[in-house]
Amino acid sequence: MADNSVLVEIKALRMWFPITQGIIIQRHVGDIKAVDGVSFSIRKGETLGLVGESGCGKTTTGRAILQLYRPTGGEVLFEGKDLCALKGETLRRMRRHMQMIFQDPYASLNPRMTVGNIVGEPLEVHNIMRGAELRERVQELLRIVGLNPYFVNRYPHEFSGGQRQRIGVARALALQPDFIVCDEPISALDVSIQAQIVNLLEELQAEFNLTYLFIAHDLSVVRHISDRVAVMYLGKIVELTDRDTLYEDPQHPYTKSLLSAVPIPDPIIEEKRERIILKGDVPSPANPPSGCNFRTRCPVVMDICAEVDPEWKDIGGGHWAACHRVS
Amino acid sequence: MGTLLQVRGLKTQFFTQDGVVNAVNGISYDLNEGETLGIVGESGCGKSVSVLSVMRLIPTPPGRIVGGEVLFQGRDLLKIDEEEIRQVRGNKIAMIFQDPMTSLNPVLTISQQVSESLELHMGMDKEQARRRSIELLEMVNIPEAGDRIDDYPHQFSGGMRQRVMIAMGLSCNPQLLIADEPTTALDVTIQAQIIDIIKRLKQELGMAIVWITHDLGIIAGLAERVVVMYAGYLIEEAGVKDLYGDPRHPYTVGLLRSVPRLDQRIKEKLIPIEGMPPDLIDVPPGCPFAPRCVYAIERCLEENPHLETVGPRHKVACWVDITGGER
Repeated sequence: MADNSVLVEIKALRMWFPITQGIIIQRHVGDIKAVDGVSFSIRKGETLGLVGESGCGKTTTGRAILQLYRPTGGEVLFEGKDLCALKGETLRRMRRHMQMIFQDPYASLNPRMTVGNIVGEPLEVHNIMRGAELRERVQELLRIVGLNPYFVNRYPHEFSGGQRQRIGVARALALQPDFIVCDEPISALDVSIQAQIVNLLEELQAEFNLTYLFIAHDLSVVRHISDRVAVMYLGKIVELTDRDTLYEDPQHPYTKSLLSAVPIPDPIIEEKRERIILKGDVPSPANPPSGCNFRTRCPVVMDICAEVDPEWKDIGGGHWAACHRVS
Repeated sequence: MGTLLQVRGLKTQFFTQDGVVNAVNGISYDLNEGETLGIVGESGCGKSVSVLSVMRLIPTPPGRIVGGEVLFQGRDLLKIDEEEIRQVRGNKIAMIFQDPMTSLNPVLTISQQVSESLELHMGMDKEQARRRSIELLEMVNIPEAGDRIDDYPHQFSGGMRQRVMIAMGLSCNPQLLIADEPTTALDVTIQAQIIDIIKRLKQELGMAIVWITHDLGIIAGLAERVVVMYAGYLIEEAGVKDLYGDPRHPYTVGLLRSVPRLDQRIKEKLIPIEGMPPDLIDVPPGCPFAPRCVYAIERCLEENPHLETVGPRHKVACWVDITGGER
């Protein structure tokens, strides 16, 4: 890490989607609490891993930070400026500092555009360069992500999944952003290709001093790539600390069971491992349980958990957790 | 323990407009009664096609099983007529698929779908089949099975649907259960639930399992023996501890090295397997892995190696002995 200053700070971020009833007169009958009061900060040059099961709000958090959804509450401070308060041209000008890499390399590239147009589009949109200069920059970007610069006139369908993801990375890099949200960038790829993309992201981070929010459900990959890790459950962050502490000394019962559920590719270790098997499924975010969101599946639930939502607190040395059992 | 299934030189091709796709190229393996065999490989390596061939579920045209034998309890499944294979499917060999969302019929209730094979194969009447269905759903831990049996698939979560699939698969007490990536679409905590159920049922019912996956972690804790496939060939076969402790094929070694592990602290770079799997229409002569292999010698590009025994029940198809020297 180059320095310890904070690049992105999220305060009590809330992203509720309204549930309406009726066809002509739409009555507001409830909310999907996709992200419900999330606070954390990301330092310059670090990778913050964000893990959790599907539907827990990881992607929504990433999108709300980039203002792809307008948050319904809270603040997103980017270098001290609150993005939620910006709009129009000022917001558009801020966007070039933050980019996103998407999960599905098949759906996130326009099949009717050439690779050159896809990678060059952000530069044109922001009026940064055009013509020969643009063409040269696109070729340079392709080289940076490990693709042949002569591919500029090809279409996405001519590429494999791993190569497409490289195109997505080149597009994200085009505007020389400071901050990239990587939304499950490798989960659609084959095992032997995943490592190539992970290494590419790490090399680029070192070269361009990038800050990542790395969203994934694969806890092994997150351990590999992150400096700090946040664990999310049903719209809330339940634990956040540096990588080794989280994996070696987890405090929240959800983190513990999540880690114990991940298989390890070693039959001798697997033989001895004790699994915490959680019962049931994640409750609906439209109707979350009272008190602690995790209490319906928690193996160590107490009476107080149904009544009081546990406080999000620092339990020492930058280790944050929200659980009545943790002090 | 007797041998339950013997696959001998199985070869399946797809005849497409672009040419002949060599999906499975003469693979052989044995499966004992009550044994769990893992089939590992990346997408497109032929692992699913190989088991669909065993069940004779290859869509014809364009696919065709062009050679080999599949001996199930001594009887060649490729030679018996349609009526006989139907008696084997579901009754003796059951299969569960990757995607629990698409493998259930959305317009039939859970009860109708689970009862169907009971009525068809076990000769039960409606009332008996319904009672047995409820028992089966309880066996796979569906809460309030008696009430929920008349629900439709969309009212169930992904994990519950996969459990329904397992219940259907086990309804006729099969001797062999083929599981084709049954947990890939599920979250880790739900995956742990499913694996736990299958392990328990295997002990209770004593069936053999063929488990297909790309996740080396799952196989480590589940299988007794593992075969590794690449480009339609079986390239290594070993007991689970030998495969992870003493892998002999460069591809197996590469796969094990390229995945980050949850229990590893060191943040060194991952070692990816460079390049991509070959196009199965136009497979070059020689070993299919040679173009990506760091150990490749000239012979690898000319001749495709056969499986050779390198230890007790440990076979590998490679010209190079990666523990030192040439074979």
